[in-house]
Amino acid sequence: MKEVFAGAENIISSLGFTCEENICAILEGRPGIAPDVKHEYSPESLPLALVERQRFGELSGGLNRKYTRLEKMFILSVKDSLARCGVDASAPDTLFLITTTKGNIELLDPAQKAAYGKDNIYLHGMAAKITRFFGNPNQAVVVSNACVSGVLGLIYGQRLISSGRYRNIIVSGGDLLSEFIVSGFLSFQSLSPDACRPFDRSRNGLSLGEGCGTIVLSEDPGIFAEGEPVRLAGGAGSNDANHISGPSRTGEGLYLAIRHALRISGMDAKAIDSISAHGTATLYNDEMESKAFCAAGMENIPLNSYKGYIGHTLGAAGVIEAAICLQSMKRNLLFRSLGYHDHGVTGNIQVIRQTQEMPVNTCLKTGSGFGGSNAALIFQKM
Amino acid sequence: MPLLIRKYCDIRKQRVVVDGKKVFGQEDDAAARLFLKSVYRHFRIDYPKFFKMDGLSKLGFLTAEILLGDPAPAQIHAPENGGIILTNASSSVDIDKKHFDTIKSREQYFPSPSNFVYTLPNIMAGEIAIRHGMKGENSVLISRQFDPELIVGITRLAFETESLTFCICGWVEMNDEHYESLLFLVGQDDGLSDGDKSREDIIFDPLNLMKRYKAVNEWKN
Repeated sequence: MKEVFAGAENIISSLGFTCEENICAILEGRPGIAPDVKHEYSPESLPLALVERQRFGELSGGLNRKYTRLEKMFILSVKDSLARCGVDASAPDTLFLITTTKGNIELLDPAQKAAYGKDNIYLHGMAAKITRFFGNPNQAVVVSNACVSGVLGLIYGQRLISSGRYRNIIVSGGDLLSEFIVSGFLSFQSLSPDACRPFDRSRNGLSLGEGCGTIVLSEDPGIFAEGEPVRLAGGAGSNDANHISGPSRTGEGLYLAIRHALRISGMDAKAIDSISAHGTATLYNDEMESKAFCAAGMENIPLNSYKGYIGHTLGAAGVIEAAICLQSMKRNLLFRSLGYHDHGVTGNIQVIRQTQEMPVNTCLKTGSGFGGSNAALIFQKM
Repeated sequence: MPLLIRKYCDIRKQRVVVDGKKVFGQEDDAAARLFLKSVYRHFRIDYPKFFKMDGLSKLGFLTAEILLGDPAPAQIHAPENGGIILTNASSSVDIDKKHFDTIKSREQYFPSPSNFVYTLPNIMAGEIAIRHGMKGENSVLISRQFDPELIVGITRLAFETESLTFCICGWVEMNDEHYESLLFLVGQDDGLSDGDKSREDIIFDPLNLMKRYKAVNEWKN
């Protein structure tokens, strides 16, 4: 089995269009969540983490009008990543792996649909346009597994390289906010009336976000231009087998995913330096996660959720947050978990209160989502 | 260790086929949702939650139910180590349209959580996992067509992590009145006899999957 390396990460979120811009905002403790005062996404003025529209328009202005807004965002994100590594995106041993929940869902509106091809509403049609843009000859692998899509996409990418099927895989996750998504979460009554506060006692629901993240996986650590090489050691998925829309009360499913991820990576819990949790800031999710981390013997490991900065970016979340993990490792910085003040979960986990310098040689990234799905992966420095 | 197809179930064109044998069929042109309801009744399934599911989940659920049902294959004695890897082309487009219709205007704005939750294709994997207590890896991948290379590739890699003892994998597609489901119960070759099944024919590889997918063309009434 080959080793797999991860890098050349890009993040497009409400905090900016590159990793540098995003990390700069995180270091300043600046949230990217603001009220939708124009009521563009719902009848209520909900706090949302939106990508800055004017700058996005400027940056994507040169792209053909046949690309939807989300496709342009994928293209910008992948372009930035490719500029940071020596991967030939058009090579037959390079694969695109796209993760998303709703893709071009706004094309359900007949007025919008008419402007694009008939396949564009389908996730495979969207993925095909992105790979064609980069001249890649392979059919993209598309993962659509709710909020776990991104973490699972990285895990599949790791396995596909490790087993020798591809040399390089460009994993890109993206989702845009739309009335479709916001109305659904509103009907679930799971949205916080103010910016979300993961693991805090007063947390009151999640904040939705949008964006795109890209991570390049390769068998060759030499292709990455920046930072020391980081391995994607391995990962695994699981299902709660409990409820389609509520997290398990016990955390057993997430615990199973973590246990398998550790075993596959040949590590034990003590070897983990930091945890990037899913941390949506709903009452039950954060509670469930705290139990799972404690069951895995990880109660003393510094942990954070990035959703206080960029909201819940759905099918992009796993990739965007994994990209922040890579930055945390390369900079040896543990980032503050924004919105956390008073401990509000049963498990006595160590939520990071202040950004601090510390050697970060290993990092566990987890995700959990609708459908009872969980996934966990482990990054490790060489 | 090679993987074998232990059983498969195919629901297409108003009929249910298990291991190549037709076990239920209807001659009329009933709407997809009515056909699925008669499948539920024919197999005497008792699971009231079925009626709350969207069409895609109903189709995936029924296929898995028949696949794992009587006689229960030996592989599923430890359901917690079972994985689910599903693929389709249209994601959850039917229920997406339904949810979209409830938010067309601010004057008529009545989104419902019972629709919205099904606007994720992996909810059908969740429904199957809950019903059978399967806690292994589960995912939904989207491909333009039935793609046996993708199904076999991703499933094999999941087995190589040594966390699965069996897996339900395949294709569950629903788009308006067009429905197709072909699911395989896959397990390791434990040396146990599979009756009169020729071993060549049940090896879990893209060729054998495609052969079963194409078999629909030879179905006669």
